[in-house]
Amino acid sequence: MKLAYYPGCTLKSHGKNFEDSALCTLSKLGIETEEIPRWNCCGTVFSLVTDDVIHHIAPIRNLLRAQEAGYDSVVTLCAMCYNTLKRADARLQESADVRDKIHRFMNEEKTNYNGGVRIFHYLELIRDEIKLDTVAAKVVKPLHGLKVASYYGCLLVRPKGIGFDDLENPMTMDELMASLGATAVDFPYKTECCGAYQTVDKPQVVASRTSQIIKAGQEFGAEVMVVSCPLCAFNLDYRQRDVRQNEPDFRPMPVLYFTQLMALALGCPEASLRFDLHDVDPRPLLRKKGLL
Amino acid sequence: MRVLISHKKIRDSFVQKVQELSGQNLLVCYQCGKCSAGCPAVAEMDILPNQVIRFAQLGLKEELLNCRAVWACASCLTCNVRCPKGIKIAEVMEAIRQILLRQRQDHVDVKKIPPAKRSEFPAIALISNFRKFTS
Repeated sequence: MKLAYYPGCTLKSHGKNFEDSALCTLSKLGIETEEIPRWNCCGTVFSLVTDDVIHHIAPIRNLLRAQEAGYDSVVTLCAMCYNTLKRADARLQESADVRDKIHRFMNEEKTNYNGGVRIFHYLELIRDEIKLDTVAAKVVKPLHGLKVASYYGCLLVRPKGIGFDDLENPMTMDELMASLGATAVDFPYKTECCGAYQTVDKPQVVASRTSQIIKAGQEFGAEVMVVSCPLCAFNLDYRQRDVRQNEPDFRPMPVLYFTQLMALALGCPEASLRFDLHDVDPRPLLRKKGLL
Repeated sequence: MRVLISHKKIRDSFVQKVQELSGQNLLVCYQCGKCSAGCPAVAEMDILPNQVIRFAQLGLKEELLNCRAVWACASCLTCNVRCPKGIKIAEVMEAIRQILLRQRQDHVDVKKIPPAKRSEFPAIALISNFRKFTS
């Protein structure tokens, strides 16, 4: 398997903590990846209406770039990129008409993309290719005593056939946390939508979802929440500001990318965790647990 | 809520358009309400997801084109994966949004977001919001 890495728009800025920590864990696990040359934004959302073919070009172009560079697989970190790339690829493969339209839209390209590049989310890659046992064997600083709620959100698991885990009760991230030595906390809001892009025009709606999700995690004993999507991360972390204003009794909870806890357990330097990008600072908790 | 139903509305091209854009056969829905029961956005909706489908079956165009519900939907697809009849409710929501957006009736005005606020948001939030809510 020749694996290319697709970062997407946010991993180079707000989500630098996601990218840096993930790249460090990949190198600790001995996995070689290279960024797709000349990648572009995937468009973040998959167009749901039947005739909107032009918006599939952005994700397909990335797959074409990967194929041109000789890769047969692409790994993404962002759940939205994963979903958009995988759905656009599936749409192109299932309909000859859509495929033909996309080829004609992209007629300036030297070659046509007909499918064939496999799209992995990093969690899926860990579960199916790297294997959890391998990760567990590389742990140098077990996360003993840290209670972690895994929040999957929407796009890692839905729709059916695209998501890589159970629709209603995904477990991959929980199992990963357990293999790092942490205590995985089950909670009922692990696939509840955070409100996603409504954060721009309806921040209060997202604040109330954030409140529900964070408090549900706390009720089941979680001290920290892990996510795999930069939009979920922004909403669940940053919107806690609004929750604190609405509810004076609210106890903030740090929100981390799963890769940051992996990086911590695998012995990556603290600089790669980029805790400065968090709104709710996770450092006091991690120090209390003896992890920093 | 009182609504007027008629043969004329049911046969309106609007119903055809919603079916074509969404790729869904609206008449498959038997109104069990599972979509509305699991929808995390119902609190912000004026008509519930199952009612959106019912209104679309009946061609209640004005009610749908003026509702808040389709803009409260964040396409999380919980309804789609739970529908016992396999209807993609989120696709129907998108079809109604698209009918408005294709008439340049944007839900979000980019210019009204203050520049200071704009820079707070990660790119992923702005791109997805504008992709969904502007034409």
